[in-house]
Amino acid sequence: MASDAPAMAVIHGRSPIFYRRFDRKDDDQHQTHYCPGCGHGIVTKLLAEAIDTLGIQDRTILVSPVGCSVFGYEYLDVGNIQVAHGRGPAVATAVKRSRPDSIVVSYQGDGDLAAIGTAEIVHAANRGEIVSVIFVNNAIYGMTGGQMAPTTLLREKTTTTPLGRDPAVHGYPLKVCELLATLDAPVFLERVALGSNKQIMATGRALRRALENQVHGLGFSLVEVLSPCPTIWGLDPAEAQTFVRETMTRTFPLGNFRDRSASAVPRRLAVTVPDLGELPRILGLGPASGADGASDTVVPASPVPTADHRIVVAGFGGQGVLLLGEFLAEAGLSAGYHVSWLPSYGPQMRSGTSNCHVRISAVPIDSPVVSRPNVLIALNEPSLRKFLLSMEPGGLVLYNADRVPVDCAGNDVRITPIASTAIADRLGSAKVGNMVMLGALLEATGMLPDGALDRALHRLVTQESWYELDRAALQAGRAAVHRMTAAPAEPSLARDPAMG
Amino acid sequence: MEPQLIKGNEAVVKAALLAGCRAYYGYPITPASEIVEMAALYLPEVGGVFVQAESEVAAINMLYGGASAGVRAMTASSGPGISLMQEGFSYLAGAELPCVIVDMMRGGPGLGSIGPEQGDYFQIVKGGGHGCYRNLVLAPASVQELVDLTMLAFELADRYRNPVVVLADASVGQMMEPVSFPEPRPVPAAPAWAVTGTAATRHNLVNSIHLEPDVLEGHIRALEAKYREAERSEPRWEAWRVDDADIVLVGYGIVGRVLRAVVETARRRGIRAGLLRPITLYPFPTRAIRALADTARAFAVVEMSTGQLVEDVRLALEGSRPVETYGRVGGNIPTVEEVFQLVERTLVGARVPSEVSTNG
Ligand SMILES: Cc1ncc(C[n+]2csc(CCOP(=O)(O)OP(=O)(O)O)c2C)c(N)n1
Ligand code: SF4
Repeated sequence: MASDAPAMAVIHGRSPIFYRRFDRKDDDQHQTHYCPGCGHGIVTKLLAEAIDTLGIQDRTILVSPVGCSVFGYEYLDVGNIQVAHGRGPAVATAVKRSRPDSIVVSYQGDGDLAAIGTAEIVHAANRGEIVSVIFVNNAIYGMTGGQMAPTTLLREKTTTTPLGRDPAVHGYPLKVCELLATLDAPVFLERVALGSNKQIMATGRALRRALENQVHGLGFSLVEVLSPCPTIWGLDPAEAQTFVRETMTRTFPLGNFRDRSASAVPRRLAVTVPDLGELPRILGLGPASGADGASDTVVPASPVPTADHRIVVAGFGGQGVLLLGEFLAEAGLSAGYHVSWLPSYGPQMRSGTSNCHVRISAVPIDSPVVSRPNVLIALNEPSLRKFLLSMEPGGLVLYNADRVPVDCAGNDVRITPIASTAIADRLGSAKVGNMVMLGALLEATGMLPDGALDRALHRLVTQESWYELDRAALQAGRAAVHRMTAAPAEPSLARDPAMG
Repeated sequence: MEPQLIKGNEAVVKAALLAGCRAYYGYPITPASEIVEMAALYLPEVGGVFVQAESEVAAINMLYGGASAGVRAMTASSGPGISLMQEGFSYLAGAELPCVIVDMMRGGPGLGSIGPEQGDYFQIVKGGGHGCYRNLVLAPASVQELVDLTMLAFELADRYRNPVVVLADASVGQMMEPVSFPEPRPVPAAPAWAVTGTAATRHNLVNSIHLEPDVLEGHIRALEAKYREAERSEPRWEAWRVDDADIVLVGYGIVGRVLRAVVETARRRGIRAGLLRPITLYPFPTRAIRALADTARAFAVVEMSTGQLVEDVRLALEGSRPVETYGRVGGNIPTVEEVFQLVERTLVGARVPSEVSTNG
């Protein structure tokens, strides 16, 4: 038949994309390792033909799967990457994204793509990766000797369905094109077959289209090829072809499931690359500047040589516990100290309690973990009770209330009540309660020089309106300390007003 | 550059970019999520690639793809995600692909907790994937070291064509400390073996399958030779006050810092204690530890796991000295006070004279 000639030419001819000798093979260097009549051999040749026609040999990168086509790289004279079972689409994604001018082909079997690699193919398709996927569906696990594939036909016997595939037990043949056609991103999805020379020619056209789309920068293209596996099916090559044509196509109808090749907008993945010298600016590694646009105020570094502040800040999530700690660490750094800030983190940040450990020290900090604090800022009563017993004798506690619970007082520790939430409320926002405490701490201890906080304020306060409020809160905190020292509050059992 | 206060998980991304990393693939998980977020923010800005993968399985295989294409690439995760990546670790090592993986260890097994732990030591240091391979493993103890070691990781990955893991307990990722960042390094050209989709690289093959026994054995021997070379050249550690130490404390990461404070406390009380903090966990500083057996009488290993690090210390000492161990797990960090008690116990066990035991 004259119309068979082109198909025959592909099957029996040799594309220049094929290596002349399969040097990477150990044994027979003129034959592929595929069984006679195997669809993989034909698909590989059709693929070579398409690469040749489009003139993209140098640009093509073949991603070979695990399965009978694991050795795809032995035959195609293109860039080759062999990958783990089912992961081709993930590998192809990364290659294409970093090398946008390459033409990336992920070649996969049905076990590879539709079982172990289901997540990878669905998500690569859904992201609209600009890659071409060739999906060889032979309804069986060839390489491992004939186990059920997700695409195995109903009632078909395999080594793991010895009584035949029973939908009640094994589910139904998975229809990949139909599945992927539910997604918005794919550009081209087509199911073809190797059941006749005519079908083989159509397969060649579909493969070419899938590659061409990529050449044009269009999105995700996949061609599913119904393909004979005479060896495992126990048929001779001609019978196997008939099975593909007459039986497989009843479960897997041929046809196009998506073709936006004409309407899809080409995408260029290439990006502009900044000069290396720009990197520090892009990464924010230069000097900080804040709401007022001013850059760092450099505080002369004259640290007190014996300074060793081991601070725990604790309270409810939302009280600004971590931020208060960060202000302290930043201010300590400005003043020339070694500092560390270690938070409690995770879900407890969203509700419940929160705390952080801050160290400010004249010498390099050994451990950032504060197991024996000499300063505790307790923004609620549970925090006071939790950390009080770990305090070093002689330490200082600032407690967010106007009175100290009577059973807490009298330790070897100074507890100063500062009703920071209430003070902040009067200033206009309970949110600056942490800044009231910070002002109080700096005033009560003099641990950091004036101006040390400027840089922290510049870096951490990005809105002008907060900047003023924060400064007012700091001032109010300083003043509160003096009120307390003038008239120390009697210990009482009163509850923290912040706790309502 | 001028020191700036920065969180570990943010610093690690900046360090990677300064080292020439231009691709990141990741999946969120506490306590490593800020890493994927920072990568999403910065990679596009430096002309790099960022992909939020559908799973850690996909992420590690994207890493395989990026590395195959000759790009400096990275991912990060924590326990459960790192477990999912083990297949990929094996393939990356088998195919000799350079890349960097950051593991911010959390509590396990299973979902465990999100608190800091060191329970991934075995799976990372000994190899949690199949086959005869090793990861090179770096263990930072501070945010500055996290930056320095992440940058080193990319160099080592290229030098050995092997995955390098930055193994940190989660507290190192979560804490803020001042960091001086170095100047950015030029992005290296793709190595000659990479598959980049050009005429020059058309014959290149990235691969881990070798069905012929002699061929695979040759490949494994070649990997082994690389690891022997790394064992000769790459062990790194911090030794502090070990010269006259009767007792040497061994711990890595955040524990190493707690141990420094313990050494201070012990010395104040007349106990000659010293610290050996492994910085590379593979290759392990075996010789450095063995050498200390000449002078120290006892060793105490402290870890945030239940007897993982201690195995390597015992192997290094080959029974020559008693080894005490102490561990906290589940998100707890050992305190100075707890470990100091261990020091006293160890000394009594080893009958080491010290001011405390002789006077007391
Ligand atoms: C993680 C993993 N699991 C299992 C295998 C074993 N394995 C190799 S190929 C294969 C199935 C291949 O079937 P398919 O993808 O349909 O390709 P075919 O061989 O039929 O072309 C399996 C299960 C493996 N290599 N890796
Ligand atoms: S087993 Fe089947 S799929 Fe594998 S090479 Fe033979 S015919 Fe082809």
